[in-house]
Amino acid sequence: MSPVEFKRIPVREQSPQERVKNFQEVALGYNEEEAVAEAKRCLQCKNPPCRSGCPVNIDIPKFIKHIAEREFMEAIRELKRWNNLPAICGRVCPQERQCEQPCVMGKRGDPINIGKLERFAADWELEHGVEIPSLPEPVGKKVAVVGAGPAGLTVAGNLARAGIQVTLFEALHKEGGVLVYGIPEFRLPKKIVAAEADYVKRLGVEVKLDVLVGRTITIDDLFGEGYEAVFLGTGAGLPLLLNIPGENLNGVFSANEYLIRSNLMKAYLFPEFDTPTKRGKKVAVIGAGDVSMDCARTALRLGAEKSMIIYRRSFEEMPARREEYHHAAEEGVEFHWLTAPVRILEDSGNVAGLECVRMQLGEPDASGRRKPIPIDGSNFEIEADIVVIAIGTTPNPLVTMTTPGLKMSPHGTLVVDKKTGKTTRPGVFAGGDVISGGATVISAMGEGKIAVENILKYLEAKW
Amino acid sequence: MFRILRKEELAPSIKLIDVHAPMVARKARPGQFVVVRVREEGERIPLTIADWKPNSGIVTIVFQEVGVTSLKLGELEEGDQLQDLLGPLGQPTHIDKFGTVVCVPGGVGIAPLFPIARALQEQGNMVITCMGARSQNLLFWVDRMRSVSDEVLISTDDGSFGFHGFTTDLLKQVISRGTKINMVFTAGPAIMMKKVAEVTALAGIPTIASLNAMMVDGTGMCGVCRVMVDGKTRFTCVDGPDFDAHKVDFDHLLSRLAVYKAEEKAALDLYLKRRGVK
Ligand SMILES: Cc1cc2nc3c(=O)[nH]c(=O)nc-3n(C[C@H](O)[C@H](O)[C@H](O)COP(=O)(O)OP(=O)(O)OC[C@H]3O[C@@H](n4cnc5c(N)ncnc54)[C@H](O)[C@@H]3O)c2cc1C
Ligand SMILES: Cc1cc2nc3c(=O)[nH]c(=O)nc-3n(C[C@H](O)[C@H](O)[C@H](O)COP(=O)(O)OP(=O)(O)OC[C@H]3O[C@@H](n4cnc5c(N)ncnc54)[C@H](O)[C@@H]3O)c2cc1C
Ligand code: SF4
Ligand code: SF4
Ligand code: FES
Repeated sequence: MSPVEFKRIPVREQSPQERVKNFQEVALGYNEEEAVAEAKRCLQCKNPPCRSGCPVNIDIPKFIKHIAEREFMEAIRELKRWNNLPAICGRVCPQERQCEQPCVMGKRGDPINIGKLERFAADWELEHGVEIPSLPEPVGKKVAVVGAGPAGLTVAGNLARAGIQVTLFEALHKEGGVLVYGIPEFRLPKKIVAAEADYVKRLGVEVKLDVLVGRTITIDDLFGEGYEAVFLGTGAGLPLLLNIPGENLNGVFSANEYLIRSNLMKAYLFPEFDTPTKRGKKVAVIGAGDVSMDCARTALRLGAEKSMIIYRRSFEEMPARREEYHHAAEEGVEFHWLTAPVRILEDSGNVAGLECVRMQLGEPDASGRRKPIPIDGSNFEIEADIVVIAIGTTPNPLVTMTTPGLKMSPHGTLVVDKKTGKTTRPGVFAGGDVISGGATVISAMGEGKIAVENILKYLEAKW
Repeated sequence: MFRILRKEELAPSIKLIDVHAPMVARKARPGQFVVVRVREEGERIPLTIADWKPNSGIVTIVFQEVGVTSLKLGELEEGDQLQDLLGPLGQPTHIDKFGTVVCVPGGVGIAPLFPIARALQEQGNMVITCMGARSQNLLFWVDRMRSVSDEVLISTDDGSFGFHGFTTDLLKQVISRGTKINMVFTAGPAIMMKKVAEVTALAGIPTIASLNAMMVDGTGMCGVCRVMVDGKTRFTCVDGPDFDAHKVDFDHLLSRLAVYKAEEKAALDLYLKRRGVK
């Protein structure tokens, strides 16, 4: 047996100087040789702790072993037993907090790069032709899935694989949810999202785009049309605003608007694509989560001379993934810690800058993070012509408003039994950001899988 | 995809299309709108549902060609497919028995106000319409408005037809006749709605304006459609498009409608150049 290799095989990336000028993917991924070498580092633990870190419980050593033995097709088959969207998860899962965090190799060296291996296997299949598993006989039951984000795609795909006739309703003109409107091309190419959505369709799922459930059709209509259960994977798409003066000036964007224009509508290709966006010179992004990093990095690619993150706490409390922070910092994003905006400055209807106040950290608050407290009289101004507000989102209330019997929490999330995904309305299940208020792709998929098990049980009990 | 079943030119650069969209036709209510995307590279624009036929699955749209997207929409012919059509969106207009109501449409504002007037009349209201256009050749749907109004007054900016002046002048005439007006509904250019609101505020008549903020998704996700009503931020696509006209900050709306002026012009120039070459 070869000696244990403590260092990970590095992942090739576009250089920061190069990539800020384009929207192409930053991380280039492993080639076959690199993937095999990285896979060989895995110790093939008998009780692999990595699995418990994965919200969908992928048999990680098993798929990695296939890669190590160059059985790439076997590797992807294994992955797809657990996860319908491996090319996406391999790219955007916060692995350092999930599967890679408990990896035993991490105790003495680098954890196995599980995410990039997953991506490798998935990309290999996309390149060599996607295999569609054989489907069971239809059981003669119809289920409606609402929202084609990761939660909805997972539920639709898994129900189809159990022989259920599934219709997936999506309000936007493309499948993917945040994957297609939020996460930028340079982190997750849209052709990858389209390919994985296509896989779900080829499992027999009928997708109906341009349908806003609650308006185009209600949940009660769906039951009336013979759907026996409904899954809500409608996400958390309603942007939160700051409620400070100047918020409605021209040049102030919600993160959603900024990203939707650029990603879903491809405004960076304007005027070839018809949707415009503002290409600011000095862009200030408020907040320091993954969404903020995506906005600040998008600003640079749209030609901003200066892209700034304004955050009221300090580096330690920042919710963004460290990898995303590093990418942003390498590309030249400026970070203003312990800084809170109090007013957006105006120049004849347009944004001229931000008035901010310095903060200091006090005792930990309800979230366990130290509470930021403004320092009196420390006000100062930051020049900016674009302000992007990236302080979070909540679920869109439309479905709850139009569906009797659905209970909402004070935070606007749908109330469900976490163990089953059941809402307060019989036959209606939910998962993903609409119940969590905003989490990760793979946790949305994990919740989707729980709902699938219970939808199947529910349908069976009704038989 | 959504097939265009019929197309009609109502006036120079104002067109009507009947689109096959059965799910939308089944649910549409007065005051609601759709978001349309003409082609794969297209942008999403909001357009009012001017009429609908649930039984034949038809949704009628009336639009004015003002920029790239509406021009591209105008290029589509009967039998062509619209890439996307999402709706019905927005809160339906609150229809009640108010008594006497005045509808004040300007330009393509007739599109939202026709179904609203019809519903108001069906509810037993006395409906007076004060409609206007820049010039006679731009007037359309006069007969239709007559069919759902008890009285129709018409103005043109240049005096080529009806009263020489603006719809607000017609409205003032009706007010000065001493008719007790319980409610005013207005739709059209933001500047006109602002003027209508000024007139009715003076006269103390409750007024509803159907706002035409810029939109992208139309489902409450992006916030581009935010307007200031009573000092608060509201999303036109989910909270509106109808708002209390006396509480709307129209100057703010006007300023936001102009955000992309430069980009819109560049896109239009490119479009016209390419079309010229073809
Ligand atoms: C900019 C950004 C970056 C992120 N980066 C990461 C990351 O790197 N890694 C990670 O793991 N997570 C990331 N996240 C979080 C992750 O994307 C979400 O947790 C995940 O997408 C939630 O999935 P979902 O299926 O619950 O909802 P969504 O992805 O939000 O999908 C919901 C879908 O439902 C549709 N919908 C809503 N209402 C209706 C209705 N009434 N009728 C029909 N359709 C409806 C919406 O249009 C949407 O397509 C990021 C989020 C954002 C915004
Ligand atoms: C709820 C709602 C319902 C609407 N219903 C109709 C309708 O039934 N028929 C119709 O013709 N139009 C309607 N509009 C307006 C329509 O959406 C715009 O005319 C359209 O977006 C213009 O797109 P464009 O690319 O052709 O022009 P652009 O290139 O975007 O704009 C060209 C010119 O039109 C102005 N403009 C852009 N957007 C708007 C807007 N929302 N309102 C007013 N002026 C604008 C611009 O300032 C510019 O001067 C409605 C808008 C809303 C919000
Ligand atoms: S799905 Fe995500 S968490 Fe699970 S193994 Fe793959 S990368 Fe890790
Ligand atoms: S814990 Fe790490 S080394 Fe062990 S099986 Fe999982 S990936 Fe391999
Ligand atoms: S159009 Fe996006 S929120 Fe209204």
